[in-house]
Amino acid sequence: MSFPGVQDTRPNWDEFMEGIWQRNPVFVMVLGMCPTLAVTVSAINSISMGLATTFVLAASCWLVSLMRKMIPKEVRIATYIVIIATFVTVTDYAIQAISLEMYEALGAYIQLIVANCLVLGRAEAHAARFPPMAALFNATGMGLGFTLGLVMIGGVREILGSGTLLGVPLFGADFQPWVVMVLPPGGFFVMGAWLLLFAIYRARKQRPDKPGIKPDAVKQAS
Amino acid sequence: MAQESLGQILVTTILSGNFVLAMFLGMCPFLGVTHSLAVAFPLGLATTFVIAIASLSAYLLNMVLTPLHLEFLRLICYIVVIAAAVQLVEMFVKKHSPSLFRALGIYLPLITTNCAVLGVALFQTAREYDFMQSMTFAIGGGAGFTLAMVLLASVRERIQLSDVPGVLQGTAMSLMLAGILSLGFMGFAGVGG
Repeated sequence: MSFPGVQDTRPNWDEFMEGIWQRNPVFVMVLGMCPTLAVTVSAINSISMGLATTFVLAASCWLVSLMRKMIPKEVRIATYIVIIATFVTVTDYAIQAISLEMYEALGAYIQLIVANCLVLGRAEAHAARFPPMAALFNATGMGLGFTLGLVMIGGVREILGSGTLLGVPLFGADFQPWVVMVLPPGGFFVMGAWLLLFAIYRARKQRPDKPGIKPDAVKQAS
Repeated sequence: MAQESLGQILVTTILSGNFVLAMFLGMCPFLGVTHSLAVAFPLGLATTFVIAIASLSAYLLNMVLTPLHLEFLRLICYIVVIAAAVQLVEMFVKKHSPSLFRALGIYLPLITTNCAVLGVALFQTAREYDFMQSMTFAIGGGAGFTLAMVLLASVRERIQLSDVPGVLQGTAMSLMLAGILSLGFMGFAGVGG
């Protein structure tokens, strides 16, 4: 497959940073919501989930990109899914071997990385069009951006919901935890609040040259 | 866990353990297609159908894979079966209701990557449900998903008529609404044991 619009396919730093900030998967593209909201009850859970997703994302994008000329167009989605499922199985067993405690905390959500739209979206939108190194670079950036998003949500939920950060108590013994923050509604509220903050920030900046962000984000939110 | 009665499973998965509002499964269509009721409801039904097929297939696959000690192939098998089921639904909808097919758009094939579908297969395996329990879990989960979709779509349709501050429009608003709905559903905790 060749795309006339693609000029520079070498990996570069901008592309890496793009995934972390300008096109952050959690806050700008709003992809991969299920793990984002489900496992972010504490910062450590968020970090593990983020890194697991980063590994799956980077490995499958690299392999998809390596095989992009071999995969027939008609069955590409099925092929991507099988590649992703393979790496998720690897991750699943690896986490089980490294930390059983973490494996139980994350539960079925590790295997649900397969159904994370971010991974499939990146494989389809980027890895299938670029050479392996560029795809790996972009996917790692996206993965770290995803991890950053999870930690920003997980950190807030842990601080407010349990009064700790990474297990370290932050407030005195008489701190009354906001239990709702570690329950399901807290996930929606914290995520909504972050989006709201970013929307306010964007409105403040008044950048008329970037009006495309919002509709783009809505279109890609799958 | 395997001792729950069918009624308990049904009530729990629809209300207190709602797939979307309590377990965060299937967030993408929940935030993506709930702008209008006319689209949200059929998509909920289509997803329920796929969930039921996925649950049935997962149960049959487990019967084959477990005696052969091929548990590590579980995930790959599930996702392939789900992809095939979605393809079937897509062909059916395209033939019988082209207008609905156009309205659902990209979200129809995306049922494949709906966590709720894969989630049912994974959770019923993890909880060691038997055949009837699995099917009840799947139907309840689908019904709960449809209920959450319909509720959020109805609220969002009304919100469209009101004056919302500019920065709050879009996903931020939907998430806040979902949070309030989720808060309401927590009130069902304990119903059905």
